Amino acid sequence: MTVFDEELQHLKEKLLRMGSLVEDAIKNSVLSLVERDNDLARRIIDDDRLVNTLDVEIDEESIRLIALRQPKAGDLRFITMAMKITTDLERMGDLAVNIAERALELNQEPILKPYIDIPKMREIAQGMTRDALDAFVRKDKKLAMDVIMRDDEVDDLKHSVLQELAFFMVQDPTTVTRAMKISFVAQYLERVADHATNIAEMVIYLIEGKIIRHMALPPENM
Amino acid sequence: MSETVEIEVKGLNFHYAGDIHALKEIDLTIHKNAVTALIGPSGCGKTTLLRCFNRMHDLYPKNRYEGEIYFQGSNILSKETDLIDLRSRIGMVFQKPTPFPMSIFDNIAYGLKLKGVSRRSDLAEGVEKALMHAALWDEVKDKLGASAYELSGGQQQRLVIARALAVNPEVLLFDEPTSALDPISTAKIEELATTLKKEITIVIVTHNMQQAARISDWTGFLMLGELIEFGRTDKIFTSPSEKLTEDYVTGRFG
Repeated sequence: MTVFDEELQHLKEKLLRMGSLVEDAIKNSVLSLVERDNDLARRIIDDDRLVNTLDVEIDEESIRLIALRQPKAGDLRFITMAMKITTDLERMGDLAVNIAERALELNQEPILKPYIDIPKMREIAQGMTRDALDAFVRKDKKLAMDVIMRDDEVDDLKHSVLQELAFFMVQDPTTVTRAMKISFVAQYLERVADHATNIAEMVIYLIEGKIIRHMALPPENM
Repeated sequence: MSETVEIEVKGLNFHYAGDIHALKEIDLTIHKNAVTALIGPSGCGKTTLLRCFNRMHDLYPKNRYEGEIYFQGSNILSKETDLIDLRSRIGMVFQKPTPFPMSIFDNIAYGLKLKGVSRRSDLAEGVEKALMHAALWDEVKDKLGASAYELSGGQQQRLVIARALAVNPEVLLFDEPTSALDPISTAKIEELATTLKKEITIVIVTHNMQQAARISDWTGFLMLGELIEFGRTDKIFTSPSEKLTEDYVTGRFG
């Protein structure tokens, strides 16, 4: 293994560490809401600093490698994608913080209704995040495509959550504040899934050298 | 970037005297008004291939070509090819600057005289034009009578390019033209190559992969006498199709 290979490996490990922190944050943020655990919510908000630090470190390291190593081909795709993936991960971390903040607010109030679809959204979005990063590590194109396909499920769930909450708000205006906050949480989770989709698309680029963003449907032959 | 073909190589094999099979079944298209870079590890055949384009190997009679190299419709490997004419149409610039031991003016006028230009004013005009072309005019216009050896290495290299340009070639072959130059002179030669391609076609052999990436439109990667991959330079350096190319451009071997 050359020194450069070690540097690339180090960058990859940092990215994975950031990924697992973000994945935990997403899981725990919804948990802090469902289980009304304020301590957990506060810890998520606090721990986001670690994610932000890694975000900066990964960018700095990538820029350094580009300047000093003039990476090409697969190495170039890896480093540039690392820089882009870190941006998505950092945003996902922020969304987990937003969920935790809403949890702290909602936990002060009586439960509007049992949370059913929100944990489902969380499960899918978190799974997408995990699989997108797994696909990145293993260069698994099939898994990356699978992540992209799952995004629709999260969108559908969000729509049904919003519809249900709208019904509450119309029935009883005293629920409006809570219902709106819960609908924010649904939006945040939907955004998490979008970011996971972005990462999966970058994995495809990393493997294939083809940018598939903004395509209506992934190409048949992929 | 033009898609027009300048040189078409078909099934080219080349054997050095002593039967060293240096090029194996090369098929390649050199596009007109573009810079094509040939890269590969030492001994891969890139310089050998470059030298086929103006039949430099003919200097040693036991060297042997097989296959065809079409340049504007005719096979330059045929016995009928006029080598003097060929080498003025396809010029060569070497690794080390090779000025003649004469004045700056005479270095350029030399080729013009060979082509039959004799009037002093025509020669002066041709020399100025060639030096302007090679981006050297401003630096030497006041000392055209000075010996070419008084110029710096980078200037000498541009003088040699000017000398080649003076006889209006259609193609210029560069054999590691900057490996003996400092970074500033290198940048000037690279800039020159990208400007010149508007008028001529350039093929460059380089060990410096960054140079190939910076100045070429097309890149061919050779290894052990075979052309492993040929394609657009951006493709070769961002997502090559062949594993061997990937390993080479990322520095995993070679």
